[in-house]
Amino acid sequence: MSATTQRSDVANKAALVQPATERPAYYRMSGIEETSHVSSGLQDERRSEEGVEEEPEIDYENPFRYMFYRDRKEWADLEPVPQDDGPNPVVKIAYSDKFTDVYDYFRALLKNDEKSDRAFTLTAEAIELNAANYTVWHYRRVLLQALEKDLREEMRYITAIIEDQPKNYQVWHHRRMVVEWLNDPSEELEFIAEILSQDAKNYHAWQHRQWVLKEYKLWDSELVYVEQLLEEDVRNNSAWNQRHYVISHTTGYSDPAILNREVQYSLKQIKKAPHNESVWNYLKGILQDRGLSSHPGLLEQILELKETHCSPYLLGFLVDIYEDSLENTSGDQEEVLSKALELCELLAQEKDTIRREYWRYVGRSLQTKYCSSDPSTTSSAPETD
Amino acid sequence: MERVPAPFRCFSEWHSSEKFTDDGVETVTSVEQRKVERSIQEVISVYKQIHSLPQPTLLRDQHYQYLKKGLHHLADAYACLDASRPWLCYWILHSLELLEEPVPTSIASDVCKFLARCQSPTGGFAGGPGQAAHLAPTYAAVNALCIIGTQEAYNVIDREKLLSFLFSVKQPDGSFVMHGGGEVDVRSAYCAASVASLTNIMTPTLFQNTPTWIVSCQNWEGGLGGVPGLEAHGGYTFCGTAAMVILGKEHMLDLKTLLRWVASRQMRFEGGFQGRCNKLVDGCYSFWQAGLLPLLHRALFKEGDSTLSLQKWMFEQQALQEYILLCCQNTAGGLLDKPGKSRDFYHTCYCLSGLSVAQHFGNMDLHHELIVGQEENRLAPSHPVYNICPEKVARAIQHFHQLSVPVPAQKEGSSA
Repeated sequence: MSATTQRSDVANKAALVQPATERPAYYRMSGIEETSHVSSGLQDERRSEEGVEEEPEIDYENPFRYMFYRDRKEWADLEPVPQDDGPNPVVKIAYSDKFTDVYDYFRALLKNDEKSDRAFTLTAEAIELNAANYTVWHYRRVLLQALEKDLREEMRYITAIIEDQPKNYQVWHHRRMVVEWLNDPSEELEFIAEILSQDAKNYHAWQHRQWVLKEYKLWDSELVYVEQLLEEDVRNNSAWNQRHYVISHTTGYSDPAILNREVQYSLKQIKKAPHNESVWNYLKGILQDRGLSSHPGLLEQILELKETHCSPYLLGFLVDIYEDSLENTSGDQEEVLSKALELCELLAQEKDTIRREYWRYVGRSLQTKYCSSDPSTTSSAPETD
Repeated sequence: MERVPAPFRCFSEWHSSEKFTDDGVETVTSVEQRKVERSIQEVISVYKQIHSLPQPTLLRDQHYQYLKKGLHHLADAYACLDASRPWLCYWILHSLELLEEPVPTSIASDVCKFLARCQSPTGGFAGGPGQAAHLAPTYAAVNALCIIGTQEAYNVIDREKLLSFLFSVKQPDGSFVMHGGGEVDVRSAYCAASVASLTNIMTPTLFQNTPTWIVSCQNWEGGLGGVPGLEAHGGYTFCGTAAMVILGKEHMLDLKTLLRWVASRQMRFEGGFQGRCNKLVDGCYSFWQAGLLPLLHRALFKEGDSTLSLQKWMFEQQALQEYILLCCQNTAGGLLDKPGKSRDFYHTCYCLSGLSVAQHFGNMDLHHELIVGQEENRLAPSHPVYNICPEKVARAIQHFHQLSVPVPAQKEGSSA
């Protein structure tokens, strides 16, 4: 599994040297996530505070020297627009010269609403410097349409960018737009599979994949693909989710043959790796709407597994079966209730202590709802630890 | 207030037995998980060697210096957040308010003026001056301004234009795109609901169909995905749930399966939370995940649940505090994902927010504190929906409710 981002050739030529240090590890919510690093305790934080050395302007290997836009004759007609942070800026970023130059010219283009090929080229540079700048991406899309650019070429471009920065929202959204304009999903499943081969849980990749499958009805091979991923890593929760997605959108789970197939598949995976939470969640997920206690023979199978393949997940599943039985069966449920309560206490005290508060709540809820003969049942049971 | 003396959970003799059981079947997931557990174990062992008496300490001064500096300037490595500068304001200001460090009046005013420059002429806030409006920096800017809480701060927000921006990103199915021509996911509903409720610009139609759309994001796991069909994920689950609480529709979610899902996200060995099942612990989920428990507690209470605890959230508060204090602090200031990762303001904000959630239990009348380590580790409480201090929420709502709701001029969905 690749642990570092790989920069494309284009990026390397004129790239800003990224400090090894305080690159903002910034998860999901609005941008780049630092990919899972092997513990690199050699972080030299001070270097990042003082700023970073830029690549020298003289590049002996390459005859194509980088030239600032402000020095380019072909851009002399455009007046750069400096960023308007005001006299006392806050959260002021120490942009490199190159960054400032490119974005001063981007702002100028935006101000004039210039729709030209040189503007289009500049957007790529602006994206290179900050792929999370959604304003630039939007402008690039405007230009793609206004200039009637070659969308096949744009696909090649976005493919390279995503390979380089697969955990960015904008790049995937851009790809989706291009695919929609071309109305051609033919490269998508293979491309996404390639990205997933580097990180099998990339959320953006899965989101794009689900969109492609649904929009273009390309379900045919997906279950096979999911099984392949589960074969590689039975703990891949994204793959289990995809399994649910595919089946829900194709056969559904109503057909008893399908449901049974899935139950058997799950039990098989449980036997292989009993402490895999994903498969237990999947089993519960597919049975809960119909009622866990209604599936014939399931309780018996689980009780059997308890002897040889026990886990906190199995015990929790038993609680769920008993709870469903209490909910949906009439008649004397005292024994079921007492078994459920016993399990909750076992989980709270010994088998799943990190969730002690939760299991105690479940126990109290069951006790209150199914009115055990114990008259000491009160609300908000006193803390016992 | 409950002070937790030794023994700490992670120093106990049985702690090691909580490590991941791979059943002899090695996969990428189990290999990565064990690597993390080893590094956590290392941290704990080193700590035990140095400190004869474990006393995890929040490095207040160091964090303060880091935050104070960042509020002014940031290294060029932050160029990748050039389209998220209101976020930087919010992460830093919220961290400072949790640490109960005042922001000098002049800086507060500078922030107001800067955020004013981030406001788009067509409404909403952008990632920086001159950029296009986007729901995420809009959320962050409004929160930052409410933290400042001065008249100047409140006056920055153009409520009429903000409302028209919200309408412009609203979709017929109830969802919102994040920005004109942008992507849809459940974060947008939270951002929209948050700013609309704080600034009192909610109209009868603004959130039409939104609760139904959010409900459709709840999946077979019990948590919520970014859009319908996706894997349950802590960040999106928080956004969806908090949005539903704001809209008063939290009962439409299956609260029981949601509760089971989030409770199961706490890592038995590390003590912190993972974002998704079978993935790794990350300090930021100390807020996104643990922060769900106060929301669910309140929702269940509203439904008439009489079996809720009167003292504790339904997660292991002590274990989370231990994880944050021992494993998520950078000795030079700032907090982080897990050992080996670099510090940043996002993780600083959400690790501290999570620490606050773990320290403070309460609702209307009850307040019960559980502080791991010395008393000085205590942070200010935070509002579980908006994640700014409750007094700031109250003041903002009080201020904006004196103003009338603007009349919407624009049609919805004009920016899809």
